Amino acid sequence: MSGVIEARGLGKKYRRKWALRDCTLSIPTGRVVGLVGPNGAGKTTLLHLAVGLLAPSAGSISVLDGEPGDGSDQLAKVGFVAQDTPTYAGLSINKHLRMGAYLNPNWDGELAQRRIERLGLDPRQKAGSLSGGQRAQLALTLAVAKRPELLVLDEPVASLDPLARREFLQDLMTIVAEHGVSVLLSSHLTADLERVCDYLVVLFSSQVQLAGDVNDLLGNHHRLSGVRHDPGNLPADWAVIEESHTDRQSTLLVRTDGPVLDPSWNVKPVTLDDLILAYMSQGRSPTPNQDRELGVLR
Amino acid sequence: MIEFQLDATSGVATYLQLVQQVHQALQLGLLEPGDQLPTAQQVVAKLAINPNTVLKAYRDLEREGLVRPRPGQGTFVVGTLPRTDPLAQARFLRAMNAWLSDARAAGLTPDDIEAIYRTAFRNSFAEGVA
Repeated sequence: MSGVIEARGLGKKYRRKWALRDCTLSIPTGRVVGLVGPNGAGKTTLLHLAVGLLAPSAGSISVLDGEPGDGSDQLAKVGFVAQDTPTYAGLSINKHLRMGAYLNPNWDGELAQRRIERLGLDPRQKAGSLSGGQRAQLALTLAVAKRPELLVLDEPVASLDPLARREFLQDLMTIVAEHGVSVLLSSHLTADLERVCDYLVVLFSSQVQLAGDVNDLLGNHHRLSGVRHDPGNLPADWAVIEESHTDRQSTLLVRTDGPVLDPSWNVKPVTLDDLILAYMSQGRSPTPNQDRELGVLR
Repeated sequence: MIEFQLDATSGVATYLQLVQQVHQALQLGLLEPGDQLPTAQQVVAKLAINPNTVLKAYRDLEREGLVRPRPGQGTFVVGTLPRTDPLAQARFLRAMNAWLSDARAAGLTPDDIEAIYRTAFRNSFAEGVA
């Protein structure tokens, strides 16, 4: 079986503007994938393509070996929580659960009941009177109780306070541990992503800038500082993601395959935050490595 | 049973923090052979971290021969970590002290010394891995 999501040259155009371009991804199963990027980078477009709410303008995407949104079998495999965790304000929690049972062939009513009880929610309460955190938990309950193979969450914690956010992520991770479900979630809260994600996709300006296993990415990127080096003289197998030079000093963020042994560099590990920001600013200037002249700051 | 903590600002990868905490617990005698480690579900529910991170830490510990999973029961401690030999520790502390006096006599500042130490430390362990 191939990965959870396989995209080849995937693109989506609204009128004349590309919201997503040339997106090629192969995301393995069983991962918690963090999709990160600034507003308008194409995160929601990619998620909507993955769940079948949008059709591609170019290229192709397959999700769990099927075409997104194609028939009830495909719909049953994917649980989706849209931005701002929408629920029906006028319906009680009980009615949400009954609707879930009615609409989903694999509905796990026991799981849903158990979650609502554990959250301390009154099933007769209307969704409109829930707090943001409670509503997010209800939306997650509905998505999980359909027992999908893939959960897609669009900014699930963006509007939650820190406590509700932590509780939501604890529950989400428990669900991953218990059911082995794959997760694709978008967020711009890198501290949360660092805890919960083991696979990262960085989107910027409608394009994928970086995708890979988080531990691999953190292992093969280094922050280097040292006396000024001519960029032309760096080892050929280094990919320079970010560089700045003064007349004395050079500071680099590089991707390498092996360790950096040259003692003239002070080597520091990178954080997920560093990586995300570096790849985003690389996306801002489309050909960062073409101009290898030294920019000198005095 | 031990309880894991996370230091989000340490810059140390999460799975390594878990591995190190088990090492420390073994060295301090907080964990002994036969003791159970928290299940992935328990760790995840408390720390809100990815379950694969916990499993990766436990796999590393298993590879070191310190823990072993029992199917359907959990992960148990099977090994011990040798306490560091106090004589060796004292010997290297003496050598280090002598080296530091030498370095200071040669006019090196604390920052110089730290930079040398860090480079040597890094190179030594990087070669060990490669």
